[in-house]
Amino acid sequence: MLRDFAKRIGYESPVEVYLSRIESLLLSDYKISRRAIAILLLQEDKEILDIVKEKEKERIDLISEVIGEAKGHFHEPLAYIIGLCRQKEVSRICGSVMTFKEVRKISFREHLSRIMMNPFTGAPILLAVLYYGLYKFVGTFGAGVLVNFLENKVFGDYVNPFMINFVNSVIPFKLLQDLLVGEYGIITLGFRYAFAIILPIVATFFFAFAVVEDTGYLPRLAMLVDRLFKKIGLSGRAVIPLVLGFGCDTMATMVTRTLPTKRERIIATLLLALAIPCSAQMGVILALLEGRPLGLLVWLGAIFFVFLIVGFLASKIMPGELPSFYMEIPPLRFPQFSNIVRKTLSRLNWYFWEILPLFLLASILIWLGQITGIFSFLVTILEYPIRWIGLPSEAAVAFLFGFFRRDYGAAGLYDLKKAGLLSGNQLVIGCITLTLFLPCVAQLLMNVKERGIRMGIAMSVFILFFSFSVGYLVNFVLTLLGVSL
Amino acid sequence: MLSERAEEILEALWIQMEDQGKKPLDLGPSRDDPAIDELVKLGYIRKDVGHIHLLEKGKSRAAGCVRRHRLAERLLVDVFDVKKKIIDEVSCKFEHLLHEGLEDSVCAMLGHPTVCPHGKIIPAGKCCAAKEDRRLLKFMSPLSDMKVKEKGKIAYLQAKESSKMQKLISIGAIPGTTITLLQRFPSYVFQIGQSHFAVDKELASSIYVRLL
Repeated sequence: MLRDFAKRIGYESPVEVYLSRIESLLLSDYKISRRAIAILLLQEDKEILDIVKEKEKERIDLISEVIGEAKGHFHEPLAYIIGLCRQKEVSRICGSVMTFKEVRKISFREHLSRIMMNPFTGAPILLAVLYYGLYKFVGTFGAGVLVNFLENKVFGDYVNPFMINFVNSVIPFKLLQDLLVGEYGIITLGFRYAFAIILPIVATFFFAFAVVEDTGYLPRLAMLVDRLFKKIGLSGRAVIPLVLGFGCDTMATMVTRTLPTKRERIIATLLLALAIPCSAQMGVILALLEGRPLGLLVWLGAIFFVFLIVGFLASKIMPGELPSFYMEIPPLRFPQFSNIVRKTLSRLNWYFWEILPLFLLASILIWLGQITGIFSFLVTILEYPIRWIGLPSEAAVAFLFGFFRRDYGAAGLYDLKKAGLLSGNQLVIGCITLTLFLPCVAQLLMNVKERGIRMGIAMSVFILFFSFSVGYLVNFVLTLLGVSL
Repeated sequence: MLSERAEEILEALWIQMEDQGKKPLDLGPSRDDPAIDELVKLGYIRKDVGHIHLLEKGKSRAAGCVRRHRLAERLLVDVFDVKKKIIDEVSCKFEHLLHEGLEDSVCAMLGHPTVCPHGKIIPAGKCCAAKEDRRLLKFMSPLSDMKVKEKGKIAYLQAKESSKMQKLISIGAIPGTTITLLQRFPSYVFQIGQSHFAVDKELASSIYVRLL
């Protein structure tokens, strides 16, 4: 039915001639009209060209010839000519049915929008969004209240004891018992981690993100940071995956798919792996540095500095097209609650099924590492760089586990702090190194999946050496200046 | 002062160099043109049997001639709205009137364009590097040089890569549409129709606007 109403846009006569010539050469089935394919070919759409090359093997030379002829006919690129024709048609249709009232007064909405886009007033607004959205709502409420309830009450008091009893009474082998319900078991660690820690944190994060997204704030933020991001080889658009990284780096790495060039995707992946702490990790680090505002400042400064310097260097080294930034700035809107809930749920659903297997895999790896003795071997090796950056060798365990659960590494440091084994300086250095240190195993797997095995491994090796070097450097500078935090 | 004929020979040599790299120009029937001797005497070109070569000394002079020709084309198309098909004839006469001083004023008035209506590069003049902004009679400007709240109609898009051009087309920045600059820093924000867009400096400098 719809087809009967579809109306063709008439293009300038030479364009129409080339279109019909190309159409007559397209003999395969494309599921969409040949005219549409022909128009895309004239606009030099690479994907369509590849499909046509595949399907019209004998005629592709003739088709390319027609495209070449068409290109020669105009001074401007064909996409431009076609765009012009369409614009004319749009103006004709709109002009006959729409009228606009001249609005003189600037609305409240417009005022707010301008305040957000002004660099001087925009920065405090960004800080407020981060503080209430990320720190208060996700950090305190999600990672604090909700995690506490789910982990200690639901899993600690009910699920885990029940499952441990059940498994131990059904399966008689110690090894399998450990795999399922041991200290790092699939159920006791894998599932608990996914449901009691990741789920509430990510759910609150997605909720906050959806609110911010639906107001139309993100394009305004992108436009504010574009100039800065150009210096690190990214465009303002990259602000979306990077902000998501504060929720979960693994998911954010997946979202780098939305960046237009390979170069941007690689740089963003590296920065996410290195310098963006996820919400779980940030929660523990904030707890570690509690009551040490100066230490927190040094940590923040060091991470921010690393973010900029590594991005800057990566943008100098990486070849490829420089990013360009263009984005629509939609009007500010008051978000609709039902939309936000729907968005949050569908994202959670998607995220969970992508991530859950990775956590279960991590449990199995820890189990394997434990029974084969690889772990104790790795811990002995790690003790060297740990002492090198001025930390007690007990911290090695925390670092190794940090790889399997980023926040768990930080939690390991927390135990050391409680035992009174760490000075203020050591605490800050530990936090800096651990933030930069290898991403969690889930993120490593995602890096390999998204960027390929070579790039994934290369990044990990770089991060391994780089994080300890920065730790060493900070320790060196603090000692040299005689500062104790 | 060079004769008009000599200027045209220099232009032909420059275009030859642009299109095919450094190659001598075949003189054909005009081998006894007095303008050639004029150029040889000045040390701008070298002549051997049937061919002339552009010498280093003549290059900047040739660039100047080509610049004036293409500026004249821009002026005719952008300001006087002359149809592209006939600009060749008219601009050939017009260019000789654009002599030093006048040339830079026209360049500034057109917003220091970098390509002619045929998409060929306009050699940059001193005024382009200095970006001196003589506010007198400013007719055209790239979006990146406009003031906040300034309004105009998009005249043409100029981008080296067609991918950039496509980005602009996709957001509706198409010749003939009215555009208002809303903000310059940290990114360029402009209004087209009822929509607002943000672009970086590079994209903003490829939108040429006829100021209203």
